[in-house]
Amino acid sequence: MLRNVLISTASWVYATLIFGFIFLPVAVLVLFSFQDGRLPVPPFNGFSTQWYTAVFADRKLMAALLNSFVVALFSSLIACLLGFLAAYALARHKLPGSALQRGLLIAPMTVSYLIIALGLLTVLNAFGIPLSLSTVGIGHVVINLPLCFAIIYSSMGDHHVNIERAARDLGASDIKVMVLVTAPMLMPSILAAFFLSVTFSWDEFIIAFLLSRFDVTLPVEIWSLLRSGLNPKTNAIGSLVFQVSVAVLMLLEFTLFRKTGKS
Amino acid sequence: MSMTLEQSEQRKAWGFVAPALAWTLAFFVVPFLFMVAMSLWSRQSGAIVRAWNLDNYLAFFEKAALFKGLVNSLEITLIVTVLSVVLAYPLAWIIAERVPKRFQRMALIMAVLPFWTSYVVRSYSWLLVLSKNGVVNQTLMTVGLVGEPLELASNRTATVIGFTHFFVMLLTLTIYANLIQLSPNYRRAAADLGANAFETFWHVIVPLTLPGIMTGAFLTFVLCIGDYVTPQILGGNNELVLPQIIMLQLGRRADFPMAAALSIILMLAVTLAYVLCARWLKIERA
Repeated sequence: MLRNVLISTASWVYATLIFGFIFLPVAVLVLFSFQDGRLPVPPFNGFSTQWYTAVFADRKLMAALLNSFVVALFSSLIACLLGFLAAYALARHKLPGSALQRGLLIAPMTVSYLIIALGLLTVLNAFGIPLSLSTVGIGHVVINLPLCFAIIYSSMGDHHVNIERAARDLGASDIKVMVLVTAPMLMPSILAAFFLSVTFSWDEFIIAFLLSRFDVTLPVEIWSLLRSGLNPKTNAIGSLVFQVSVAVLMLLEFTLFRKTGKS
Repeated sequence: MSMTLEQSEQRKAWGFVAPALAWTLAFFVVPFLFMVAMSLWSRQSGAIVRAWNLDNYLAFFEKAALFKGLVNSLEITLIVTVLSVVLAYPLAWIIAERVPKRFQRMALIMAVLPFWTSYVVRSYSWLLVLSKNGVVNQTLMTVGLVGEPLELASNRTATVIGFTHFFVMLLTLTIYANLIQLSPNYRRAAADLGANAFETFWHVIVPLTLPGIMTGAFLTFVLCIGDYVTPQILGGNNELVLPQIIMLQLGRRADFPMAAALSIILMLAVTLAYVLCARWLKIERA
């Protein structure tokens, strides 16, 4: 009894401390984004939304926000589409060297983003291809394709095969089976792969940094804001991104994952 | 029709897998091979000379500043990995064992919520906490513990704190996932055999969750050793890690061959860690 109380107390103390550690920087970030003053550090002078106004008035930040959104959306769509097609082919057909193909498709996952970016950069330079948002997007597909493929491939269990076979026996073409039967059945994992890719691309820095030039994504723009040192405006844009991510996460938690968790 | 049904089926399947393979080949394999080739070339008086040699790799071992980068990277990564496991394990255990079942998912989501701050911003927010006029220093000075602000940011400790913050969250997830899979029968059996709570934990629960720990630790190692952002923001320009040195080659000196060689070395370090990790897990299981 006494020992149980001790363990409980110790657990509470530990959990409180570690939650404190985990939340301290985020709490400070959000709190001082409302700072009425030029420095996002104590003392807290008062509540003001001036820095949020400054963020929304900043053309470069808003352009970067839009760029990030476009890159995340398109690179994730491509990664999901290619990942799905490959998963379908490798899970439903016997192809020679399929283990090798799977290994090749997964391989970029094991390599640092920095190295992937550097490799692409050297090749783009060698061929004289100018850097742009498209090159960033290409890089993001490289890192997200393995993820999409792995998630979708692992959800293509054998229990779906008979339904697809039935559709084919009734005269559906391969494409029709894929679009009308396989994709809807796998929708939860396709969506999971898609949203995961979006968050990865949205937040990715080093590839976007090395493979972009004039049009940059949000993390790269925030990076250049950091040169001005501690600045409540950086707090404001950081807090905004965090709040949007959490909102999306909560939405997924209460819609998508709630349903799949039970099946 | 000269093709059999099977052949035409297979041809179609190739068509489906081809785009993904082509993308991976064109934008991952080819660039990688190109980088390997680049690492064997050199940069002389501003131009890249395509003469094959090992100069860049030799320079890595000869120039202390470059080699120290790998040492710094390995030291920081090891400290971060161990620290993160040690801090995350109790939290994962508390969530799995002491929190009522229906609140566990919520507790877990809360534990990893700051994971979703932007990656660049996360390191920046530690600056707010650790810098000279940051939260910690101001608190210490208000309380009167220190008279002068302490230098908490711009050093290795700040980098380690920033990394540990991130990886504690990651490891809590992987270890928790492992802990809840354990059947309560293990604990009952251990108790029946006379083990007390601590013995059960140390001799039964911990060994059974080793795969989860190792998976998380390996992930931590890979992500930590390859990261440029956290050490660049929090570490100041002291004790540079390998990714920082790679970026230096790109920026000021435009020395792509050297950057490529250093990247290959970074990759070899990760591969070595993977081999050791996989081997160790195999031994543990056997």
